[in-house]
Amino acid sequence: MSHVRVRGLSKSFGAVRAVHELNLDIERGELLAVLGPSGCGKTTLLRTIAGFEQPDAGCVVVSDEVVAGPGRMVPPEKRRVGMVFQDYALFPHLSVEGNVAFGLSTRPREERDGLTRRTLELVGLQHKAKNAVHELSGGERQRVALARALAPEPELVLLDEPFSNLDATLRAGLRREVELILRDAEATALLVTHDQEEALSLADRLAVMRDGHIVQVGPPVEVYGSPATRWAAQFVGEVNVLSGVARGSGVETELGVFDLRAPASGPVHVAVRPEQLELRADGNVNAEVVAREFRGHDVLYRLRHEGGKTLLVQLPSLELHEVGDAVFVRPAPAARTCALVD
Amino acid sequence: MGLGARLPWATLACALLVAGPLIGLPLSFVFAPGGLEEFSGFLPEAVTATAWILLGVGGGTLLLGTSLAALVSFFEFPGRRWIEWVLVLPLAMPSYVFTLFALGLDVPGIRSTGGAVCVFTLVLYPYVYLLARAAFLGQSRTLMEAARGLGLSRTRAILRVGIPLARPAILGGVALALMEALADFGTVNLLGVRTFTDAIYRVWFEAFDRDAAMQLATLLMTVTLTLLALERLARGRARHAQLSASGDAIRPVRLRGPAAAAAALVPLALVGVVVIAPLVQLGAWSVESIREGLLPPEFGAAVRNSLLLAGMSAVLVPVVALLLAYGARASRSRTAAAAARTATIGYGLPGSVVAVAVIVPLGWLDHRIDGAFGTGLLLTGTVIGLFYAYLVRFLALAWGAVEASLLRIPRQLDEAARGLGADRLDVLARVHVPLLRSGLATAALLVFVEVMKELPATLLLRPLGGDTLAIAVWQATTESLFETAALPALMIVLVGLLPVALMIRLSGRLGASEVEASPAAAAWVDEAERAVPA
Repeated sequence: MSHVRVRGLSKSFGAVRAVHELNLDIERGELLAVLGPSGCGKTTLLRTIAGFEQPDAGCVVVSDEVVAGPGRMVPPEKRRVGMVFQDYALFPHLSVEGNVAFGLSTRPREERDGLTRRTLELVGLQHKAKNAVHELSGGERQRVALARALAPEPELVLLDEPFSNLDATLRAGLRREVELILRDAEATALLVTHDQEEALSLADRLAVMRDGHIVQVGPPVEVYGSPATRWAAQFVGEVNVLSGVARGSGVETELGVFDLRAPASGPVHVAVRPEQLELRADGNVNAEVVAREFRGHDVLYRLRHEGGKTLLVQLPSLELHEVGDAVFVRPAPAARTCALVD
Repeated sequence: MGLGARLPWATLACALLVAGPLIGLPLSFVFAPGGLEEFSGFLPEAVTATAWILLGVGGGTLLLGTSLAALVSFFEFPGRRWIEWVLVLPLAMPSYVFTLFALGLDVPGIRSTGGAVCVFTLVLYPYVYLLARAAFLGQSRTLMEAARGLGLSRTRAILRVGIPLARPAILGGVALALMEALADFGTVNLLGVRTFTDAIYRVWFEAFDRDAAMQLATLLMTVTLTLLALERLARGRARHAQLSASGDAIRPVRLRGPAAAAAALVPLALVGVVVIAPLVQLGAWSVESIREGLLPPEFGAAVRNSLLLAGMSAVLVPVVALLLAYGARASRSRTAAAAARTATIGYGLPGSVVAVAVIVPLGWLDHRIDGAFGTGLLLTGTVIGLFYAYLVRFLALAWGAVEASLLRIPRQLDEAARGLGADRLDVLARVHVPLLRSGLATAALLVFVEVMKELPATLLLRPLGGDTLAIAVWQATTESLFETAALPALMIVLVGLLPVALMIRLSGRLGASEVEASPAAAAWVDEAERAVPA
């Protein structure tokens, strides 16, 4: 049995269906990211699991206890679910230590002090224990918020867009740091974000959410490599959607033959990532470079194919093509793709 | 039903309790049309006198407040940082106490409309000064520099750019000063200027005509509410003007020689006349009154009454304000927010208007209760009526302080605490109360001081033998017993200095962190370092 189970969860605000018949399982100790565009209902999902919203239907089970379900609504303070808020919501009248110890008030003094100290060490802020919250930098505030949520050793930690308030230069470093802290604490965590890079790099498993329900769940590699629907393919990274004819383990398209991850037959659409194509500048010509986006370690080309289609191709920045160059585009070696559901 | 669901009703009840009597005032024109005919002479007299006061005080505070604010904002001179705050001290001086001082010295021409205008201008200019100064400090340096680059001299740039930009704030300050002048009863009564508040008092106490008093109060309320609306409008515009300004703050120009001396001495002389001299004189008279046995009759009772009324109001009013603000927050509904706003219209209304407004519903209720239980009059002529009036009059004051600290508690903070295992009561005790403590303390202090100073409502509603310090001052001054009035007046002023001191301390703290954080200050330091030869 999964550690956290969400079954048939629905929640509407007036006429707006924020979450609709949503199912989701979280295993003990894993870090699951819910990725979706703004307004897809991911924050409502989080708040419903935390107990700040009452679901209209469905249930939430945490560690074999039904915390929300028909006729049952456990108040947030009894759920053993920690939350890290988008803007941290640190208590301005308490010190760093006071914030971290807030959820431990019912424990005996020694246990409380020990847990507070250990959690502060875990996030590397033991030297700021006595500081006031407003004296901290953005990154430090975030670590205090995380420590505060982790200190009571919750069954589940929820993180609501935890990196959106930080600047881009800080974000990558903190992402790694937060991941390590969560792993050290052996916490089960659910993170919601609209940033695909964040979700792909951080999560053990990724759930793609759209219009109140989960479209696809799986390890990041699988969700990226074998998107279930055209929408998921387009939302998680850049993609070329090609039409072709499947014959068993291969699919024939206007660019050539791609391997299929799962056998299929008949006319299909397939998702081809920009790095699954390559360019040749000798002999044959089937496309023209229309635009070039230089990104340092790699280059993204926008091509016009002779069939009229626009294609995205991503290549290492070793060798550059100029805008206007005539090129030959074809599948990269070992490029595997999958058939899409529309 | 949870606490959250019941609170909005409490909010609505509070709003009705406070705003009801004021909304009921105009009904007097329906039930007793022509009630003012008997006093046909009063109205033109009151309109003329009040109009002159408004004009004179408006012009006076505008000139004095704006020029002092410009002086301390645009120029640097010895003692400026200190003088900036000394100029606020007249806020602690109730106008009737300053009047007592002026009458005691027998200042020529003081018993006239012009005299009253002078008194009001001297004690009320800080309203304009404070708001104008805040506006000047929020202005961007680049705007002034642009004006200089376009060929304006320093002074002309201030006149043509600095002051026009601060216009909404300045007008807001003038509106506040005018509301205070309109609300005053002690000064105009002592100086024999027959304004609206004076007319209400005479119709009430000399003719015992309730309807006529209500109708005069309605007219005065209309004028006050118009000023209040103007002030709100100006405040909105001022915020807009602040938002559009960006960049570094203006840099004051250093004055030298006689100009610097004058810049420091003129404000000091002003505060010397308005605050220091009266304090010294009141001190001297107090010593004399104690030595010669000239203290007010029942002085001990007056002290006790003042402390009791002020102390109990300081608990009651902030608690009601808290209930009101909480209800509005908990319900998230527009009705509750509107109710909270309605409940605060008593702000700035003259005490005499409030007194007249609450006496009618209380009297009605009293006779009902007496008729049913034969208890005699419980509400009118007792302290309950007084507390009611104080609540109506000062609720907005407390609400402002409480609401400001409640804003520091976003809903997410509640949720964070709940998520950490705190139940509703826990959240209240461990998050809200600590965060609200300073707001509640400020509210209590403000209400305490205002009730100590309050004269007209207390005069109209006090129970028999319930004299307060303010009434003792007024009573003795009407009889030209200045030594007798001195000690209670001195006590009122000293208590009044508390919130002014608090404000200065808070602004000082704020100012320091602003200076540290501002790029302008950093630039200043850079420049100073470069100016010093290595």
